[in-house]
Amino acid sequence: MDNVLEINNLIKSWPGFTLNLESLNLPKGYITGFIGPNGAGKTTTIKLIMNLIHKDSGQIKVFGQDNIRFQKQIRDRIGFVYDEGYFYEHLDPVLIKQIIAPFYSRWDEKAFQHYVNKFQIPLKPKFKDLSRGEKTKFSLALALSHNAEFIIMDEPTAGLDPVFRQELLDILSGLMQDDTKSILFSTHITSDLQRIADYICFIHQGKIVFHEDTDFILNNYIVVKGPNELLNEKTRSLFSGIREHSYGFEAMSRDRPEVRGLMDERVIIDRAGLEDIMLYTVREDSRV
Amino acid sequence: MNISIANSSPDPIYEQICQQIKNAIVKGALQPGELLPSIRNLARELRISVITTKRAYEELERDGYIETVGGKGTFVSLHNTELLKEKRMQLIEEKISDIVLEGKMLNISLSTLHKMLDLLYEEVQ
Repeated sequence: MDNVLEINNLIKSWPGFTLNLESLNLPKGYITGFIGPNGAGKTTTIKLIMNLIHKDSGQIKVFGQDNIRFQKQIRDRIGFVYDEGYFYEHLDPVLIKQIIAPFYSRWDEKAFQHYVNKFQIPLKPKFKDLSRGEKTKFSLALALSHNAEFIIMDEPTAGLDPVFRQELLDILSGLMQDDTKSILFSTHITSDLQRIADYICFIHQGKIVFHEDTDFILNNYIVVKGPNELLNEKTRSLFSGIREHSYGFEAMSRDRPEVRGLMDERVIIDRAGLEDIMLYTVREDSRV
Repeated sequence: MNISIANSSPDPIYEQICQQIKNAIVKGALQPGELLPSIRNLARELRISVITTKRAYEELERDGYIETVGGKGTFVSLHNTELLKEKRMQLIEEKISDIVLEGKMLNISLSTLHKMLDLLYEEVQ
């Protein structure tokens, strides 16, 4: 399988934080959701991929090419949605577009007009006076208007209402009709990803917790609730993020069949959503 | 063909799709040889991931309900052995229940029916 992104032994540290991604390969033609709590290293990873900050060591390849040596060619093929203002804040959207469009060899003005209308982006006010949602929409319109093969989005749905979030998901699944396109999408609104993402990469404290296909995750991770007396050394080893309270316990497990076998009918087993997985994992790690 | 996915169902999404396509084939809503939507197209329509749809198609293909012809698409199988077997089993069950009903009306015991069946099974080549 072709990979659109390959990361090996990537390290970036600041005082008090180290990002250390041993290996992360994203297959071409799929949507990968990038999740993790705030401060996990999602934005840092994305900035490193875009070569907006310097890595300490390691390698990043996009489209099979080194992301620093081939930065120019790679950026031409990436649609980047980023919620911090890297635009010229004091200009209006039309001017910004006129400045940015010539950088792309495959700029598609018709597509841009289409998205501006569709997203109802006001073109008159200065960029800094747009609402957060409008800024994101504008950034998205630019990203979708130069025939990019790899769309990278850092928290694109933050600051957007549910109606537009749904619209965005529709646009993304529309893009996936073309099996040469790939999407990396970071978010902490995990409900956005649960259905359309093919793979989920979960990072926490600068490390990859898992990178698996979404179906597998949703079918194997469970939330278990039951009486405290069922907790013993053996059952505890299957659980993470155990919370014991006066009336019972709740915990997460990634081993549905094993848990079913060891527990009796007093327990409730629910499928864990991405949000549950994030919560219980963070709880487990903060315990240590 | 209708496919509706329940988020709250304990069955995984790919299984829900499999089951609904199987039902459509058994009921004749999908005819043998009929072209199915592409994996990516179905994923988009249902707003689910490509991998989920792929898994559903793989399972249907493994069970002989559908066939993929390279470059042309995915079709409902023409020679669906498993399905035919299932349908015929259904037919046999129906005939047997007729016999049981008839037997009960005539007060024929189950063991007598068994003996009749054993005899006939041996006789018929």
